[in-house]
Amino acid sequence: MKHLLSIADLSREEILEILDTAVSMHEVQHRDVKKLPTLRGRTIINFFFEDSTRTRSSFEIAGKWLSADTINLTGKGTSVSKGESLRDTVKTIDAMGVDMMIVRHMASGAPAQIAQWTRCSIVNAGDGTHEHPSQALLDAYTMRQRLGDLEGRHVALVGDLTHSRVFRSNVLCLTTLGAKVTLVAPATLMPAGIGPWAAREGLEISHDLDAVLPTVDAVMMLRVQRERMSGGYFPTAREYAVTYGLTKDRLGLLPDHAVICHPGPMNRGLEISGDAADAAQSLVLDQVSAGVAVRMSILYHLLSGEGSAA
Amino acid sequence: MCPARDQAPQRATDETGGRVVLAQAEIARALRRIAHEILEGNKGSEGLVLMGIPTRGVPLARRLSEALHDVEGVDIPVGTLDITMYRDDLRSQPVRAMERSEVPDGGVDGKVVVLVDDVLYSGRTVRAALDSLADLGRPRAVRLAVLVDRGHRELPIRADYVGKNLPTAHAERVSVRLAESDGADEVVISTPGGEGR
Repeated sequence: MKHLLSIADLSREEILEILDTAVSMHEVQHRDVKKLPTLRGRTIINFFFEDSTRTRSSFEIAGKWLSADTINLTGKGTSVSKGESLRDTVKTIDAMGVDMMIVRHMASGAPAQIAQWTRCSIVNAGDGTHEHPSQALLDAYTMRQRLGDLEGRHVALVGDLTHSRVFRSNVLCLTTLGAKVTLVAPATLMPAGIGPWAAREGLEISHDLDAVLPTVDAVMMLRVQRERMSGGYFPTAREYAVTYGLTKDRLGLLPDHAVICHPGPMNRGLEISGDAADAAQSLVLDQVSAGVAVRMSILYHLLSGEGSAA
Repeated sequence: MCPARDQAPQRATDETGGRVVLAQAEIARALRRIAHEILEGNKGSEGLVLMGIPTRGVPLARRLSEALHDVEGVDIPVGTLDITMYRDDLRSQPVRAMERSEVPDGGVDGKVVVLVDDVLYSGRTVRAALDSLADLGRPRAVRLAVLVDRGHRELPIRADYVGKNLPTAHAERVSVRLAESDGADEVVISTPGGEGR
């Protein structure tokens, strides 16, 4: 494994290996000395062309806890804003001899393109509406902590599927792990042409959240991306909350053992009510905590082992 | 000729053609002796903590704890110490799975920590274990107990308690099998077709 660009590149065994290692990494989080010497001397650049709190900070913490040197670059305040091309920026950083770039970019496919231009390892930290593999891995990790093996489990992904890279990575990750996935969204927020893909992957499609909730083991509420909501996808936020939000009333429809996930940041009162976000079944903060452990595991798998980038 | 070799002819062989150098009763006897030596060296069981190094060191540490209980009637805390992340060969070997480290309640600060492993060879595992332990706390003293010392040290490290000193050639392989993980207790020495470690 040299790059992490898409969950589609990972086998079931590789996913499980990353998740199992993350369990041990999680233990380090509770130590007084949160430091392992594993990636000493390695340099990791966090290259974020889009805003991020949890992904960027957890990748940075993960790198630091493994003793790598981590540096943050954003689109703003770099030569990108002076008009330098992406290729030249990447080549420049590559020439400094870094070992890994963790890339978030608004264009789908940018990390895969960057991987062609450099010899360092590339981690896709979210590209456009394509994928967000580390998020899917930490979601699977969090669900496994609570539910055990995901084989045969039923997970509903609810909300703005059109714009969600989290949803795309999660479908690939969950189905590879043997879970049954149901997609719930208003027709306007279902990606165009999803039918044949859903049929091939064995995904259920529903527009009725109330009918799906009683059958799930986990429900993942996806953020309504206000910054991409210029196209009139639903009449009002209020109507969306009533038909597709995880409201206090809908909490009662969930089976007792079922868990609630949200990749964050949450729009409380829109796709998820405060009651649901703070319920005992909510794993929102567990997801954040798992984020560091899973990302440590990703960095370890990409930057150690025979023939890892020098 | 070393004593281990002299005994070789009347020794049993395992199904893969290896020579059995320690059988079940001898492993049990060695652990019992080590338990006595630990108590003697420590002048009692005060402050003792056993830390097993995965994989085989973990069940050995548990057995040592049982042996100490039999002798002294005390329960010595047992933990595990995973050293994967502290290895010095991470970049020249395939990626290794990381195991869990578990520190017993009470921690290791101010304790006498006895590291327990199956085979002492190059000493690099112990070097990694010492680094790993330092990140978990500051023991008053650290000791090393191994079931087999096969020589060929590459670092200035020695064991305090040894089940059996086993002179070997580099090419030979020493396999410690334990009932917990392998179905039976035995230590086997074999010569694989030139692979070795």
